[in-house]
Amino acid sequence: MRAVDAIMESLKAEGVDVVFGIPGGANLPTYDALYDAGIRHVLCRHEQGAGHAAEGYAKATGKVGVALATSGPGATNLVTAIADAIMDSVPTVFLTGQVRTDLMGTDGFQEADITGMTLPIVKHSFQIQDPREIPQRIHEAFHIARTGRPGPVLVDIPQDLSRADIPYEPSDSVALPGYRPTTEGNVKQIRLAAKALANARRPVIYAGGGIVNANASEELVELCTSDRFPVTCTLMGLGAFPAPHEQWLGMLGMHGTRAANYAMDEADLICCIGARFDDRITGKLSEFAPRAKFIHIDIDPAEISKNVPAHIPIVGDAKAILPKLTREYRALEADSGRLDGWLERINGWKEKYPLGYEDSEDSEIKPQYMIQAIYEATGGDAIITSDVGQHQMWTAQWFHFNKPRKWINSGGLGTMGFGLPSALGAQVGKPDEPVICVAGDGSVQMCSQELATCVAENIPIKVFIMNNGYLGMVRQWQELFWDKRYSQVDMGTTPDWVKLAEAYGATGMRATKKEDLVGQMKEAIATPGPVVLDVHVTKEENCYPMIPAGQAARDMVG
Amino acid sequence: MGEPGTSEVLHLEDLEVTGGLHTGRRHILSIVVENKPGVLARIAGLFARRGFNIESLAVGTTDDPTISRVTLTVDGANHRIDQVTKQLHKLVNVIKIRDLEPEDAVARELALLKVSADESTRAQVLQVAEIFRASVVDVSKRSVTIEVTGPDDKVEALEKMLRPYGLIEMVRTGEIAVSRGRTAT
Repeated sequence: MRAVDAIMESLKAEGVDVVFGIPGGANLPTYDALYDAGIRHVLCRHEQGAGHAAEGYAKATGKVGVALATSGPGATNLVTAIADAIMDSVPTVFLTGQVRTDLMGTDGFQEADITGMTLPIVKHSFQIQDPREIPQRIHEAFHIARTGRPGPVLVDIPQDLSRADIPYEPSDSVALPGYRPTTEGNVKQIRLAAKALANARRPVIYAGGGIVNANASEELVELCTSDRFPVTCTLMGLGAFPAPHEQWLGMLGMHGTRAANYAMDEADLICCIGARFDDRITGKLSEFAPRAKFIHIDIDPAEISKNVPAHIPIVGDAKAILPKLTREYRALEADSGRLDGWLERINGWKEKYPLGYEDSEDSEIKPQYMIQAIYEATGGDAIITSDVGQHQMWTAQWFHFNKPRKWINSGGLGTMGFGLPSALGAQVGKPDEPVICVAGDGSVQMCSQELATCVAENIPIKVFIMNNGYLGMVRQWQELFWDKRYSQVDMGTTPDWVKLAEAYGATGMRATKKEDLVGQMKEAIATPGPVVLDVHVTKEENCYPMIPAGQAARDMVG
Repeated sequence: MGEPGTSEVLHLEDLEVTGGLHTGRRHILSIVVENKPGVLARIAGLFARRGFNIESLAVGTTDDPTISRVTLTVDGANHRIDQVTKQLHKLVNVIKIRDLEPEDAVARELALLKVSADESTRAQVLQVAEIFRASVVDVSKRSVTIEVTGPDDKVEALEKMLRPYGLIEMVRTGEIAVSRGRTAT
């Protein structure tokens, strides 16, 4: 069997039914095998788009996303997606073609040392050196990508080796003596954590994207509701805890709610699950949660005590640990009355500082209203992706996610251009659910070529562009912190999004009036095939509240 | 902190604090790895990203040819080393890491020193070598090459003694180490 056919068999054995990619010289053999392998291939227009599509697919389905690219520029175009996947722990496998082994290291045509240049941004990578190892390496790549803390794995396959004739043996063995993720969690530590929770008078549960990755939302709700623990989630964790819940504080961090950030500030115990005390959460580290002790539950031991020293570290899988912690906590029969004062104080903040904005008195569409309109048009039941910037923060604030895997965005790397291709991937993975990309007019242009993919493959995503003609978040920072010296943030009015959508063969629509917006959104959602809805919003609106960078939670403004 | 949120100019003195400050003890890390291509690049990259300067590095196979051992020494820098060792543990090809306390380990390195020596100085050079139990591995009309093994301070002491005669060049292997006592490193 040709090695490339063995690759296809290996992919199928891993349960892969769709891949995203672009063919080229060095992966011609792979694409020949793909021709009749029975795996769906989505032909993207740029490898970055293919990479983000694989991420969107993975985030929506929980399965491993796969992207293919050729050597050289094909592979380097994947780099942003690979970096994005490591930062947000997205289970992905990237298969790149490489020049022939006799050309490697000679600056051959379309040669790039992709394994070398991606070393700091992969969970692991394999460069194939013997074609007979391919089935096992592919199996190991999937095993590494999906277990432990998920992440991207690169498999680089030289063109000549991929043409070799090899005996194919399905492989289900892994030879990875250095890779043994801890999953169960130390029982003594869990008991200690339960006691700490029972003794805490001002506890907060702070959950992140790890809950979503672990499929542990129900277990999180169980723990939180085993008493009246207030809960906040990071940007990546939104949906892990249902937003309408009375114990819900809202998102925390730079653009989080005052209730969430003030609660963190005054807490005596913070139980962090699947989050990593990123600088967008902590603000000024030396003034972060000054009164708190920390329980830190994470599958990645390197995250524990990285930024904030943990008093009770627990390494393992949230899905395995949370039920044990809940059980231990219940057994202690703590007096819930001890939380009365704390909850009263929190509810005071919630009442005094709800999220808000000043609505227009005419037909002007406020960006916050645009997100509320999406919620109304969908009943909150849709997969929402976003790019990076103001529109992303407003979506996080105003679209009250109540289920996991409904909110797909680029948190760690902050990749503009992520929204459209990740929506494409999510829609391929979830063909029966509405998928809406909330895009900025600046960032959507970084991957807008994937509209062609959506049209060609009939992937009916709806792209709602929050169009303010600015690189809005940068403009906001220039306004607030750089004396309104608006340097290179005005994007003007090009392109004409309706015409662009139509040029691609998609449906283009424009919204300029508040009163029409919900109706137009419903119409867009009901229209078959991909739709671009260009929503003209207030040009200079700021995203509040906000912790100015490098300051403490109690210094929130707006 | 270099946040774009402040338009204040940063003073260079404020930057010094995070760069290149060497405090804390010296570390000898003994890292057991799979003998696979690219492992060393992965390890070295982690140290570079965290701002550690690797002082010496020695790599060789173990009694099992599929397993290699990397011994590297780093100066205790401003950053905490445990972040690096945790990140090292995350490398799929890394099997085991031991941060050896210098007093609990036997560390040795080998050095070759090429020294100017003619008829008038050769005897003195050889005498110095003998004191250090170093051996002569090459000799010519105007030079001798001396091989020495020992802890790094012994090598440095020999270097200091030979330098006045004219040290042409010196090559060091970098330290290797095992823990003291019966248990494996």
